[in-house]
Amino acid sequence: NPFAGLVSHLRASWLSGKTRPMEYRMAQLEALGCFLDDKKQEILEATASDLGKAPFEAELSEILLCKNELNVTLNNLSSWMRDEKVDRNLAMQLDSAFIRKDPYGVVLIIAPWNYPIHLFLVPLIGAIAAGNCAIIKPSEISKNTERLVAESLGCYLDNDCFAVVTGGVPETTRLLENKFDYIFFTGSPLVGRIVMTAAAKHLTPVTLELGGKNPCYVSDTCDVTNVARRVAWGRFFNAGQTCIAPDYLLCTIETQEKLMPALREAITEFFGPNPQESPDFGRIVSDKQFQRLQALLGSGRVAIGGQTDEAERYIAPTVLADVLPSDPAMQEEIFGPILPIVIIANMDEAIDFINSRERPLAVYAFSSDDKVVNQVLERTSSGGFCGNDTLMQVTLTSLPFGGIGSSGLGRHHGKFSFDTFCHQRGCLKRGMGREPLNAPRYPPYSPQKFGVIRATSQVTRKNGCTLL
Amino acid sequence: MERMQQIVGRARAAFSSGRSRPLEFRIQQLKALERMVQEKEKEILAALKADLNKSGPDAYSHEILGVLRELVLTMEKLPSWAAPHPVKKDLLTMRDEAYIGYEPLGVVLVIGAWNYPFVLVMQPLIGAIAAGNAVVVKPSEVSENTARLVAEILPQYLDKDLYSVVTGGVPETTDLLTQRFDHILYTGNSAVGKIVMAAAAKHLTPVTLELGGKSPCYIDKDCDLAVACRRITWGKYMNCGQTCIAPDYILCDPSIQSKVVENIKATLKEFYGEDVKSSPDYGRIVNQRHFRRVKSLLEGQKIAYGGETDEASCFIAPTILTDVSPESKVMEEEIFGPVLPIVTVKSVEEAIEFINLREKPLALYVFSNNKQLIRRVIAETSSGGMTANDVIMHSVVPDLPFGGVGHSGMGAYHGRYSFETFSHRRACLIRDLRWEAVNKLRYPPGSMEMVHL
Repeated sequence: NPFAGLVSHLRASWLSGKTRPMEYRMAQLEALGCFLDDKKQEILEATASDLGKAPFEAELSEILLCKNELNVTLNNLSSWMRDEKVDRNLAMQLDSAFIRKDPYGVVLIIAPWNYPIHLFLVPLIGAIAAGNCAIIKPSEISKNTERLVAESLGCYLDNDCFAVVTGGVPETTRLLENKFDYIFFTGSPLVGRIVMTAAAKHLTPVTLELGGKNPCYVSDTCDVTNVARRVAWGRFFNAGQTCIAPDYLLCTIETQEKLMPALREAITEFFGPNPQESPDFGRIVSDKQFQRLQALLGSGRVAIGGQTDEAERYIAPTVLADVLPSDPAMQEEIFGPILPIVIIANMDEAIDFINSRERPLAVYAFSSDDKVVNQVLERTSSGGFCGNDTLMQVTLTSLPFGGIGSSGLGRHHGKFSFDTFCHQRGCLKRGMGREPLNAPRYPPYSPQKFGVIRATSQVTRKNGCTLL
Repeated sequence: MERMQQIVGRARAAFSSGRSRPLEFRIQQLKALERMVQEKEKEILAALKADLNKSGPDAYSHEILGVLRELVLTMEKLPSWAAPHPVKKDLLTMRDEAYIGYEPLGVVLVIGAWNYPFVLVMQPLIGAIAAGNAVVVKPSEVSENTARLVAEILPQYLDKDLYSVVTGGVPETTDLLTQRFDHILYTGNSAVGKIVMAAAAKHLTPVTLELGGKSPCYIDKDCDLAVACRRITWGKYMNCGQTCIAPDYILCDPSIQSKVVENIKATLKEFYGEDVKSSPDYGRIVNQRHFRRVKSLLEGQKIAYGGETDEASCFIAPTILTDVSPESKVMEEEIFGPVLPIVTVKSVEEAIEFINLREKPLALYVFSNNKQLIRRVIAETSSGGMTANDVIMHSVVPDLPFGGVGHSGMGAYHGRYSFETFSHRRACLIRDLRWEAVNKLRYPPGSMEMVHL
């Protein structure tokens, strides 16, 4: 077990108790902030090399959003850490009942390649805030960022408590043989199953941030110009390699007709007439992903884009029209700059379509009619939902970010990250006195004793006739 | 396999119909459950007596009263729990509606245990119904009378397709676990907990595992021993020691060990009389297998009190072991029986170290007049829950989450926590199609100035 030494070193640090004081946690979090500040340029360069990430996008997703999470945490840590007092019944009025937030111990964070800094750093903020030690396993596919993290994170964080492990599938498999006190995984449902199965051997709780096909319903009553921009932005951000990107569009044939020129215009507005030359449009992370995506271009017909350049792993912002549910583009999460449009007759059909498939990480609905947006929201189930826009639901740190069904389990962001990484321990402190009050509960039992128990511990209905 | 597929399929179809979603429906089902508990009280108590020789008052107070209380609390609070929770917005989302919606997960599986066979299926069921789910209930086959009763009466009161009961043993449960559920709540032991989680992993099903462990009980020299021992005796020997949060073993200074034994002895006589076997308030071990298991833990031990057994009636007398070695069998596994080992330690540091060397327990107890010491024990250990200066009681505070950590489990329930466990917290952001000007800041072509705005 090649990682046993590392894990036990971290466990020893954990047992020493050094990660528990608030000052320690704040200091480590501040250090993470310094990492983001000092290494900003390197982060921009590494993500550009790995994904052709536009500096604007990288600064937004890898730096700004992370700093927001850091600041929310730093601002609120002391109140989050505080014991949460709870209500007591009549019998316990003189006792102290509260929830203590206990760190788990040594946690493992496995991050993917598409937002390679953000997707390890945001969970790490929660792990540190909750008082744990952590092993970070960045993705080997975004190898420049992996190298950056492996080389420099240790200069900022306490190396006795936080470590970076690099490698591919074999290394991750060996790593998962160890006992962790929590595992946080972001990636595909397929690997999510493997992680949870490994966690089951040690009864390790997990959070799995997975994915799926996020449907985007566009109703007939809407301003196609704004819809097109917002959908295009969400779809083509990071060259489509975003777990919450609108994966496919559902609309009527009339709306498809109206949307198409609007989409074309939005794409041109964003990336110019030749997106390959735009500094704001990304690239596909690997040859394997490129080839996978290229194969999807045969679905439906290419209405916009469709150009590819293997050498650069460039796939143009593409819209596919008249895609059938049986087409390849509708069989797997696309995770690329391709937007299939599937024609449906009406909203009910769209909702049925969505509900006949696995529950996604996000559902999007566009309509100038509130009722339509609410119908789609109420009649579907997904990790999160955004009406009349894409992606934005994850930028609010007060909203939980997580999946349901095959799109994931658990949630994080903001306080939810902190809650994810700590055990909520129910605590009751009683006094040694007033022992006669306990007498009714002791044997030998009697109806009289029982009457007292019932009177002092029962919850009664506030309004409701007990005679009925 | 087919039978399970049918049952789960029916539940899923019933859930998809949407009828479990309106609050009125859920409350109506909870009301029906309340009626069931009230109308079938005699039958429930009879089943518990047959399964565990639970005395009437014991059974009523631990299983029925708790359920009725949970029902009342849930029906009262459901509207506020289920209401959308608006969240703090930022500058960009100022004009939007942002909230967390509480939605049902779908089809939930509740697997009960045999020691509190009624409440351990009912309490999760209440939460699952409240959260709007369809539920499949699998009571423990070991407490067969209660299992049979639940299978019989539940369909008499609740929607038959949405809420069903599956009976059977290991083969049936294994079959059931191959089906896809949207949440599984399992109460039982860690070994089976691993099996449940591994089965759940195949479907990426979230789980709540209420497991067990050895709940330590540290008695400080500075405490009222008579009171402490009375409370410990109550929690240890109720249900014949078969309680997941019973104080499993005692840690104390060698100088007070014999006083502890004397106090517990005196309390036992007070509770159960001179002839404990004939007390109507003392339970029995659930079956021969567990009887033999617990009895074997006595081998080679110094029995300071008790030790009498009678296999025919699965009777094991309230027993105290002294000077127990940490390496002995009785200190390896959760006892789950009326045997109380005392392990001596010279200081609270030693006690804390002892506790931390072992798996995290479901409950932890500390008795002391010294508030500093109590604070220290809480701060330097980890456990599912804990009570200071008493035992068991943290589990009856309705607003405390009840669950384990590490080997003692994951997730929590009771009250509001049941509702949350069986709900999906969906992030909802409703924006307007207008106000596009603000969005322009985020669109390419991007420039650094835009980011810093």
